Formats: sequence, C-alpha cells, structure tokens
Amino acid sequence: MFETLSDRLGGVLKNLRNRGRLTQQDVTEVLAEVRTALLEADVNVTVVRDVVERIRLQAVGATSSTALNPGQQVIKIVNDELVSMLGGETLKIMYASQPPTVVLMAGLQGSGKTTSAAKLASWFKSQGRQPMLVGADLQRPAAVEQLRVLGDQLNIPVFSAPGDPVKTARLGLAEAKSLGRDVLIVDTAGRLAIDEEMMQQVKDISKAVKPNYTFLVVDAMTGQDAVTVAQAFDATLSIDGVVLTKLDGDARGGAALSVKHVLGKPIAFAATGEKLDAFEQFHPDRMASRILGMGDMLTLIEQAEKVFEKDKAEEAAAKMLEGEFTLADFLEQLQQLKKMGSLQGIMGMMPGVPKEMKNAQIPDDQVRRTEAIIFSMTAQERANPELINGSRRTRISKGSGTTVADVNRLVKQFTEMKKMMKQMGGKSGRGSKSGKSAKGPKGSAIPDELAAALSSRLGPR
Amino acid sequence: MLALNIFAQLIAADTAPKIMLVLALLVSIFGIGVVVSSRRDRAATNQLTSQVTSHEISERDLSVRDRISKTRSSFAGAISVALTRSSITQQTWDELEEALLRADVGVTTTARVLAPLRELVKSKKIVQPNDLASALQNEMTAQLSQNSRELNFDSSLGAPNIWLVVGVNGAGKTTTIGKLSAQQRALGRSVLLAAGDTFRAAAGEQLETWALRSGAEIVRGAEGGDPSSVIFDGVARATAQKIDLVLADTAGRLQNNTNLMEELAKVRRVADKASGKVTEVLLVIDATTGQNGLTQAKQFSQSTQVTGIVLTKLDGSAKGGIVFAIETELGIPIKLVGLGETINDLVAFNAAEFVSALFN
Repeated sequence: MFETLSDRLGGVLKNLRNRGRLTQQDVTEVLAEVRTALLEADVNVTVVRDVVERIRLQAVGATSSTALNPGQQVIKIVNDELVSMLGGETLKIMYASQPPTVVLMAGLQGSGKTTSAAKLASWFKSQGRQPMLVGADLQRPAAVEQLRVLGDQLNIPVFSAPGDPVKTARLGLAEAKSLGRDVLIVDTAGRLAIDEEMMQQVKDISKAVKPNYTFLVVDAMTGQDAVTVAQAFDATLSIDGVVLTKLDGDARGGAALSVKHVLGKPIAFAATGEKLDAFEQFHPDRMASRILGMGDMLTLIEQAEKVFEKDKAEEAAAKMLEGEFTLADFLEQLQQLKKMGSLQGIMGMMPGVPKEMKNAQIPDDQVRRTEAIIFSMTAQERANPELINGSRRTRISKGSGTTVADVNRLVKQFTEMKKMMKQMGGKSGRGSKSGKSAKGPKGSAIPDELAAALSSRLGPR
Repeated sequence: MLALNIFAQLIAADTAPKIMLVLALLVSIFGIGVVVSSRRDRAATNQLTSQVTSHEISERDLSVRDRISKTRSSFAGAISVALTRSSITQQTWDELEEALLRADVGVTTTARVLAPLRELVKSKKIVQPNDLASALQNEMTAQLSQNSRELNFDSSLGAPNIWLVVGVNGAGKTTTIGKLSAQQRALGRSVLLAAGDTFRAAAGEQLETWALRSGAEIVRGAEGGDPSSVIFDGVARATAQKIDLVLADTAGRLQNNTNLMEELAKVRRVADKASGKVTEVLLVIDATTGQNGLTQAKQFSQSTQVTGIVLTKLDGSAKGGIVFAIETELGIPIKLVGLGETINDLVAFNAAEFVSALFN
C-alpha cells in the first residue's frame, strides 16, 4: 500500500543520475520524500523533524565517488542513520546480588504485557534462571487466569492473590524469596498514561517490589501517541527498556524509533509471533529497513521457515539449481508458498527486487489454474513433461478446464525456467568442479558461493 | 542479487504467465535462505550471550540524554500561535498539517483535506487563520456525515441477529462485547455471547465474567478448538432458546496472517449458514493505532465484510485519527466509541466532537 522509500526517491532522483553530487535543492526534494516515508511509518512528527535534520547534514555534498548512485547513497545515509538511532546502547541484564532480580512490566491496555511477561519468563528460563511470574493485573477479567495458563505451559510458577495489586506484588516478592526463585516478573494491569490514579498505583507497585528492570511494553502498530505514552510512563516509573510487540504484523513500526529517540533507552526485546518462544532480541538493522518499507529479507525467510518443511525447501532449491526439478516438486513448493500469502505480496517484501518484477501481475486465479493443470497430469507426466504429446495435452486441458495452449505454455515455461536455474546454479558452483562435494556443513547441496552471496545481502544478524 | 535483473527483464517482457519464473526465484531464494539462516543460527547461539552482556556507553548516548530534555518540551501543544495571527501564513498551514499528522490522520488524508482549503485561501474566500481552522473542521465533519451509524438489528428476522466482532490482538474486542451485551440487555433484548476466541489463554473466562455481569447466556468451546463450531453452536442454542442477539467474539489476529484470516472468513461463512443472520460485523480499532489501521480495515473487510468500526480507548491521549481515513477512504462508518472501562463508556460516535478533538 505505502510506497517504499526507494520507489519514492526513484521519481525525484531520476533526473540526477549522472550528476556527481547532490545539490542543496536536490537534498530538499529528497528529504521531503524521506519525511513522508517516515510519517507513513508512524514515526512521531517531532522525531521526524530531528531525523530529517540529521540526514540533511550528511546528504548535502555527499559525493558519489563510490559505486552508489545518488539515490542509493541517500538510502544508505537514511538507513545508517536509523540503524544508529535504533541501536546504540544494548541492554545488559545485571542479575541482582540478592536474588530475585525483579522485572516490572507496564504499558497501555492491549499492548501485550501478559503474553510478553510469560515470554520473558521463558527467555530467562532459557538463560538458565529460575523465573517466577506475579499476576498483579487484577483489573481485567481473567488476566491472572491467562497468566496461570501460560505459566503452566512453560512450567513456570505463577503467584497471585485477589484484592489489592500492590499487596499482591509484595506477597509475590516474598513468595519468590521463600521459594528461592532468582527472577521475578511482575505483570501489571494495562493503564492509560493520563489516568493519574492508575499511574499512582503502578508507582506504588514499583515502590513495593523495587524492580531492577522496568520494561515498557509497546505495540508496533502504535501511532503518534507512542511518545506521549513513553514519556508519561518514564516520568512515573523510570523505564529501563522497551519490549516491542506484534512485530509479526505488517505495521512499519515507526513507534520503535519514536520511543527510542524520546527515552534514549534500549529496545531490549521484540515479540514476533503468537507462540511463546516467538521472542527475541531486537535487531536495529532489520527495524530500519522495515520502517523505510525496504523489505525485510530475514523476516521473510523466517516466515518461510515456519511454513516450509525445512528439508524439503532445501532439497527443492538444490534440485532446482541442478536442473532436476520436476513439476511435482514445483506443485509442492507452490502450495507451501501460498501459505505465506499472495505471491505478489511476498515479492513486495523482497529487498532489491527490481520494480518491473514487483509490478508483475500475478493474479490468484492464475496460480489456481497452474495448479489445476499440474493436478490433471499423471505422476509420470509431472516427472517428465516431454512425455506430453497431443492427446495427453488434450486430456490435461480438459481435466483442468483450461485450453491446450495454456498447457503448452506452462510446459514450455517450465522447461525454460529449469534451464535458466541450472545455468545459475552451475555458474555459482563453478569453483568446485566435483559439484556435490561442495556440500555445506549439514550435507546441503546448495553451493556455498550462493549461500554466501545471499548471506552478505542479508546483512549482519 | 544473483540473476534478479535477468529475471526482471524476462518478467517484464513476457506477456504469458510469469508465475513460473517468480516461483522458481522464490523457491531458490527461500531454499538457500533456510540454509543460510540455520548456519547462522548455529553460529549465533554461541555469540548471543556475549552480545547481551556487551555493555557500552558511548559518547552518543550522552547526546541522546541531552536531546531528551529538548524534545520533551517541544512535544506539547498543537495549534496555537499561528491561529491567533491576523493573516494566513505558511506557519498556519504547517500547524494545521501537524495537528492532523499528530492525530494519526495520515499524510495522504491530511493532504487531501487541506487541498480544497488552499484553493479557498488563494482566491481570498478565507483570509483569517481562525476561519481557516473552523472551515477545516466543518469540512472534515461534513465528510463524516455520509454514513448511517445505527447498529443493524432486524427484529422481523424471527431468528437471532448475529453481531460478529473482529480485530487485531489487544484492540479490545472482548471488553467491547461485554459492554455491548450490557447495553443490549438494558434495551430489553436477550443476548448470547459466543466465545469464539479459543486461542488466547483464558479468553473464555474473560467473556464468561462479562456474561455474568450483563445477564447474558454464553456458549464456550474447548481451548484450541474450532472457532466456527463455537459460533455455530452459539447460534443454534440462541435459536432454540429464542434469544434475540448473538454477540460473537473472535480471537485477535494480525491481518497479514493468511491462515488466520481464512479461518475468520470461515467463521463468517458458518455464521451466515447457521439459523440466524449476520447483521453487523464490527471491527475494533484501538485509538493508539497508527497508519496500519487502514490496512487492518482493508484486510478485515475483505475476509468478513466489515459493517462498522468501534474505536476503543479514546479516553487516553491518542486521538484515533486513522478512523477518519478509514471512513472517508473505505466508506466504513465508525459506529461506536470506547471511552473507559465501565459499561456506559461505550457510546455512539459523534463526528463533530471527534473532529474538534483532533485539534486539541
């Protein structure tokens, strides 16, 4: 829906491809596009102003002595600036010398505190700690129940007592001490930053348990209000870090930049899915390209990992590069791919995909028709399309409700595609003549050179 | 990367189905990607702990702290100075634009509502900053007056009306249903709650609390069960007991999750097939939501034919301006507004109040 920054800049920079350096005038135009891109990504207006000024300083007079054209150069400047703004100081968990280490979770209603509390507990467990959860959200019906269910799933004890949340938190701390748990995570009720009474309550909870870390839970879909919320919670609780949730959605997530900029505190964790292990450390570089709508290859591959059976995907890619790919493999991969959404959507998320390719129309009914044609083939025909003669063609077209020409086209394209992929595979694998001896550490048939090429595109992990 | 450019040319040139090429490319990229990422995972596992513990305070961080105090003061207030001046300057426009952007109305929509006013100012039909501001508010309010905001209830149906409530995680669906239930009960209607959120832990318990509070029936399914069957059972029981209204809760889901959106489309189909009729599909949107709200409205409409928006948590500091874009660009009316935690805090949407609040 929203244009990517590179598409936006494409229009502005078309005329200056051959010029050596960006003039003041160019920069102003370019920065207007950068501003729009950031605003569409929900970066706060004031923060956008700051970012644009920082970029202006670097962009004026930037020379294209390198291999980059001015457009690429601007994108690089913007991207680098965002990465450095999002990154910086990383959070180091210093465990309390007198356990337990107490972590307080706070945030607006529906930002994902309860789920994040459980995920964080699971993370501590994976670090070899013995966490315990306290349900101090006595406001929302069944919030404690939710925490208990999650705790059961993770095999992590959950403490709560009805009545007063401040007292519950205090009792929870005592319980953790008596049980010898070394990390205590306190889940609190969602509250509006402007609700003084509720903000006082969370302050009282904080006083009662004296947390070593206070995390603000922020929904990645949050708009301009993120800064107001972050400031209010920081003023009340003094935030140590941010947990960014719902990153598996398609929001650009500019709130991350706003909050980081305003608080100056690290974004410690990112929640990336509904499952309890979908919780990881925050990657500033991925977030930067996401905010700019530049595609996010790693996220895409991670998504692919979820829907594809790993071995099959690897096998298919290897077969394809060796030219041994069959229509049956093709069908299987197509069906897996469909689980990730429309082909067009996937292409749109790929960084570095040329515009002509992104604009290629791939209607869903064409996907269905292709499937129907292959479904109407016998197993032998799928393995060896050369078998398909006139009468087989007619049968297939009748069976799939398409025309003979459609069948022809598919077979022809498949053959061409196979040839092309084989060339590609052959080219990159040239360094190792013996071919299959070039297998990776796990016996994968993917040429190391290709893997390395992609790996370098993906940037640092 | 690789042969991407060759591919691109072929795809652009070829008029026949491009799907082969695109697929071939995706298969190979993902195949290689999976290998690369698993190799990296192995390598990264060892590094991870050391990365967490690398604590650096660089000079940059000091400047970040310096900046905070500066930013803090500049976040306050919306339109003020420029409107009190005697003539319309660039600053007037900037302030109006900024007010709308800060309210999450969005860049495109903001430009769209300001454009006709620029004409009026150019032709000297508006000269005072204050007149400009009120003209803008009037125009925006007028754009919101096209749609009916009544909740659709067909009493001649002879079968239960079904209101389906959908939205992303944490938007406030279950709470909205609780409040709706109480209000509809107060109108004298009998209500059944169908606990279609079988995914989130204890969502059923949460809804059950609301059923008790509001005097509604409830149908629950097994945790992790098929939401469609819960809704179907709910409608069947409502029909048998001659209950007027079924409020169907659904699990929160992100709109780019294809499988879950298909599950939701199925819920809608099944609800339609049951003995009642779906007369309202309410999309719940949190007022803090930014530009992603527009995508949410598009995707949820596509799978469930949304008939109205419920804007929740408007009692906070967020203005919820994205729903202005949703209603004026997608034609989905905002029907209800959530202003707090008590039952009476769910109220009918008022366009004039909403618009004027965007500027405060």
